[in-house]
Amino acid sequence: MDKNDLTKELAKITETDDIFKQPDIAHIFIHKHKLIQSHLLPGLKVDVQEFKDHIKVYATVEKNVIIDKPVHMCFGMIPEEGVQRMVVHYEIEENASVSFLSHCAFPNAVNIQHIMDGTINVGKNAKYRYLEKHVHGLSGGIKVYPHTIIQLAEGAHYYSEFELIKGRAGLIDFNYEATCAANSVLEMITRVSGKEDDHIIIKEIGHLAGEGARGFLSSRVAAIGNTKAEVYNKLTASAAYARGHVDCTEIIKDNGIVSATPIVEVSHPKAHITHEAALGSVDSKQLQTLMARGLNEEEATDLIIKGLLS
Amino acid sequence: MKNILEVKDLSLSLNGKEILKNINMEVWEGYVHAIVGPNGAGKSTFASAVMGLEGYRHFSGDIFFKGKDIGKLNIDERARMGITFGWQEPARYEGLLIKDFLKAAAVHKDDDFLIEQLEKVGLIPSDFLHRAVDKTLSGGERKKIELASILVMEPDLILLDEPDSGIDMETLTKIFKVIKEERKKKKTIILITHSLAVLKQADHAFMFCNGEILAKDTAKKIIPFYKNYCIPCVHKNIPDKEGVKLG
Repeated sequence: MDKNDLTKELAKITETDDIFKQPDIAHIFIHKHKLIQSHLLPGLKVDVQEFKDHIKVYATVEKNVIIDKPVHMCFGMIPEEGVQRMVVHYEIEENASVSFLSHCAFPNAVNIQHIMDGTINVGKNAKYRYLEKHVHGLSGGIKVYPHTIIQLAEGAHYYSEFELIKGRAGLIDFNYEATCAANSVLEMITRVSGKEDDHIIIKEIGHLAGEGARGFLSSRVAAIGNTKAEVYNKLTASAAYARGHVDCTEIIKDNGIVSATPIVEVSHPKAHITHEAALGSVDSKQLQTLMARGLNEEEATDLIIKGLLS
Repeated sequence: MKNILEVKDLSLSLNGKEILKNINMEVWEGYVHAIVGPNGAGKSTFASAVMGLEGYRHFSGDIFFKGKDIGKLNIDERARMGITFGWQEPARYEGLLIKDFLKAAAVHKDDDFLIEQLEKVGLIPSDFLHRAVDKTLSGGERKKIELASILVMEPDLILLDEPDSGIDMETLTKIFKVIKEERKKKKTIILITHSLAVLKQADHAFMFCNGEILAKDTAKKIIPFYKNYCIPCVHKNIPDKEGVKLG
């Protein structure tokens, strides 16, 4: 397949075909370690360096630039086997604002690894929003390692959602760690569902280091079949008026196993963090309400899980 | 009168305590019935047993719906026969859109039908269809959504547990209006209540006391007795069958 064919295929899989007709939407498509398609807008700079065994992507949104429509990113591989290793850096400069819609597509994965080492700097009073949606194949032969270090400057706002929208999770080893300066806001959300023998590891870590920093870590996991899911949430607060909340819900079905390890650490007398977690099977009242409307247990459970992960 | 529900010699114990004692009941099709009584009388337990809810499946006696013994059927099997249940405190579902919640139960899956049912319960569809059935809804809104989820399945028998619980007058008036409309359509409704206002919506009532049926008659006859002798309960929930004198 040439670059055009690969782009078309990835766009089709991720249902983003229409973006090519819209010049006000920036997009970047990367297949394995090659940039195959890009369209940029003023104020958005992207430097791509291709190597044999990895690719580097450095994206910068310049100071005071506001990009109205989400920038579409697509990272993927069409073949059944291989490794995609990415080194990614996002620099969102002071007062800039950007939203990324990132699709990671591995529709035919039988033995694929997707490794992303990322760093994100969100500048003073800048806003960064990142929605990462994964499309995997049905074999479960995929290993995904999104590891990212995030720095929020004073007054910065960071929001991310990670979700698997299609296919098997395979192995997902998600590891994001953010440090937040004064009056910055961190919101980190993951939603993943595993089937058969999938293995899900989620580590969400936030450090509220500046006065008035706020943080919210949320994870929603469904472990179906023989899936094993481990969630580690850690939120620390070491400055006055830092406020945070950690929220974890994990549902099991069949022989799924879930665990949650929350760590909340406060080292300033004027800081405050709360935590809640719910693990187990589907809530009985939710289930019985739907069954009293005529859904069987399987249908009711699936609907509840669908809602939780939506 | 045709019976839609018949209960014969129903007894049920929870944690070693007998909650329902030899209940016999015939519920006429197409009417609004009330099961009335003080807290702890066994009203909700009775409704839960009829619906087959978890924890209320082990009883002695028989429950017939449309002439069929439903005692061994699961909740969903009973629901598909035409029975449904509205909770005193409706469930919440994180992330589940009201549209999807309604559609899952609906006999007609088109949006127009869902919109029509939301309008019946007094909600503006465009404000609610794409909201989640979660904690952002008020108590009254949740009750209305629950009622809409009942209407979309067009059941034959509706059990409503404490329909006035935790809601304002406007919501209650709307619920009463829906009850009247369903009655016009010859649906059968059983209201579980200790409220006089709810009891007044019924054609017929069964008065429960300490797991027994103390009296059954028209709601008009039950109301004065219930009002004068059951609020508060002067017998401390010990039935005084001899003392029952209906108006």
